[in-house]
Amino acid sequence: MNNLIDFLSFSDPNVRVVTLGTIFLGMSAAMVGTFAFLRKRSLIGDAIAHAILPGIALAFIFFQSKNPLILMSGALVSGWLAMLAIEYLSRSTKLKPDTSIGLVLSVFFGVGILLLTSIQHSGAGNQAGLDQFLFGKAASMTLSDLKSYSVVAVILLLSITFLYKEFKLLSFNPDFAKTIGLPVKTLQFVMSTITVLAIAIGIQSVGVVLMAALLITPSATARPWTENLLYMIIVAGAAGAFSGLVGSYISFTAPNMPTGPWIVMTLSFLAIFSLLFAPKRGIVAKFQLQRQNRKKIISENLLKSFYHLVEKGDYSESFFSKSQLLSKRSFTETELSKAIGLLKRKFFIISKGDTFSLSENGLAEARRIVRMHRLWEMYLTERMRLKSDHIHPNAETIEHIITPEIEELLLKELNYPDEDPHQSPIPYNP
Amino acid sequence: MEALYIILTASVIAVSCSLLGSFLILRKMAMVGDAISHSVLPGIVIAFLISGSRDNVAMLIGAAAVGVLTTVMIEVLHKKARLQEDASIGLTFTWLFALGVILITAYTQQVDLDHECVLYGEIAYVPLDLIVTDTGVTLGPKALWISGITLIVIILSILVGYKGLFLTSFNTDYAKALGISTAFWHFAFMGLVSLTTVVSFESVGAILVVALLIAPAAAAYLITDSLKKLLLLASVFGILSSIGGYYLAYWINGSIAGAMATVAGVIFIISLLFSKLSFLKKYNF
Repeated sequence: MNNLIDFLSFSDPNVRVVTLGTIFLGMSAAMVGTFAFLRKRSLIGDAIAHAILPGIALAFIFFQSKNPLILMSGALVSGWLAMLAIEYLSRSTKLKPDTSIGLVLSVFFGVGILLLTSIQHSGAGNQAGLDQFLFGKAASMTLSDLKSYSVVAVILLLSITFLYKEFKLLSFNPDFAKTIGLPVKTLQFVMSTITVLAIAIGIQSVGVVLMAALLITPSATARPWTENLLYMIIVAGAAGAFSGLVGSYISFTAPNMPTGPWIVMTLSFLAIFSLLFAPKRGIVAKFQLQRQNRKKIISENLLKSFYHLVEKGDYSESFFSKSQLLSKRSFTETELSKAIGLLKRKFFIISKGDTFSLSENGLAEARRIVRMHRLWEMYLTERMRLKSDHIHPNAETIEHIITPEIEELLLKELNYPDEDPHQSPIPYNP
Repeated sequence: MEALYIILTASVIAVSCSLLGSFLILRKMAMVGDAISHSVLPGIVIAFLISGSRDNVAMLIGAAAVGVLTTVMIEVLHKKARLQEDASIGLTFTWLFALGVILITAYTQQVDLDHECVLYGEIAYVPLDLIVTDTGVTLGPKALWISGITLIVIILSILVGYKGLFLTSFNTDYAKALGISTAFWHFAFMGLVSLTTVVSFESVGAILVVALLIAPAAAAYLITDSLKKLLLLASVFGILSSIGGYYLAYWINGSIAGAMATVAGVIFIISLLFSKLSFLKKYNF
């Protein structure tokens, strides 16, 4: 606990630099990554991250300097080359995109490793620290590093802000963007450049191997929560920033722990949590919705069986046994008792011993479902010209979905019919 | 002798990878192979912690099971959570790889693995770990034996399952119509890929094994249309990468695995020229 207070007080200037740095890097990579995610190009980001390594090594060999700007220029060049290579290979050869990505990723990385180990073995004076690009070097970030990275981060955020509309269009509908006269090629170039830039600075915090996580995982976290691009970018950025904070806190309390993998770990947990529990799009929410739908369908189907039993009579209160109900439609034993329980709870049916009858409300509801079914059958034969023996299965599905508004439209369209195509009366509420 | 041991081990691994890589490419699963090679890391570390060594067969299989689990996880994220496929792959492998690195750091004392080994292996140390019988006869490096056995397993599986692998790679619907279980071949194949990445891990590391899986097979894929020739050519390219890689690494004093990937890349570029330039096209297979 003391640790946490110490950490959050930011009294240690080192902690301040490292924390701010990881937050900045995480946030900008996450926000840029949103577009790569939406354009389904996130694994290209992974390949670019790996491909940056030879650029950094070559920049060091040529200039014998570890100045972040020089190394980053090298990174930018080789990242760009990798992207062009992937595009060329997937467009102009018979290699599939995934093979092109994997090939460029691993070969560039191999060249990078070869150069890096060669530099290390040659014992060149100031080479120490180059290998930190592999797993990130957040913990050893200096104030001047922080300054250069924040300049880049600000450039990235500004370009996203100013080109938001254009990027949005490019991500969702590039063809439309072209038709309304946007310079798609230039925009793609700008977007690719800021992606490579974000990766080039992002590898400082998590390293080339895990960089993909900084691009992809925040978007995967944000996606289930919102349908709105702006919110998605904000949530992704927040996830990236938060994981940067947690990562640097962990390396503060346990100095030998690598920051990068902990950032990725935090991000992954956020993503898994969102994918499971986000309202509407989360796995749990979808599972619940499915269960509710199943409940609705079996209870509505049972109501129909009741209706079919009373239909020929005078609608008077009559009690039916389970086997009578099953004679109209087959249910499994558990389905039947579940449906009976559900209908009882809604007071749609009344029980007397082992027999059941529709209540007033139940009868109205049963009538409504049968009406939907028969109206839809009517619509399919009248308007879609389907044969009357083809329409039942379709009506079985759609009857559970039709809203009162659609019902209204159907009635008007069909001019309030009395009978369905099988000459059964369409029941209206008296 | 040391050079021979290293080149032999590298070649055996490269051939295993090239054979499997050919099928990976045909099945459009190159990036899944990439994901597996990363995500077996926590499996290897945990296996190491439990058994105290990397040579235990049961532990190899346990670590390989994590690789198969990866494909299941990618599938679940994609199908159940409706996360797009590239993001599912990226999320899964970075997560598991990060877990592996954290485990290595947390158990540095118990686990004889370091970050460099994870990234590019230590094939140069292969000749140091020799199998010597009680009577003092040297049987060659342990890594060579293990990867040799893996190669035999792979060749046998391809021979026995040629039809199943062939059909499920090219035309899943036709395979299904013939009653061939696509799920079985999918998991059997993924199991082989995982096993190979685990076995190759010590020698070439988690990421460069991807280069050996994809590059020779992609190079061969460009210049031939027959599966048999693809497998054969890819293996030859794999062996060439191993030999070339060893001498390149020796020449500029760098990582052998990195050099192998570099040479594999050069072979790919040459094969690309052969497939593109008209006066070279007649030499395609």
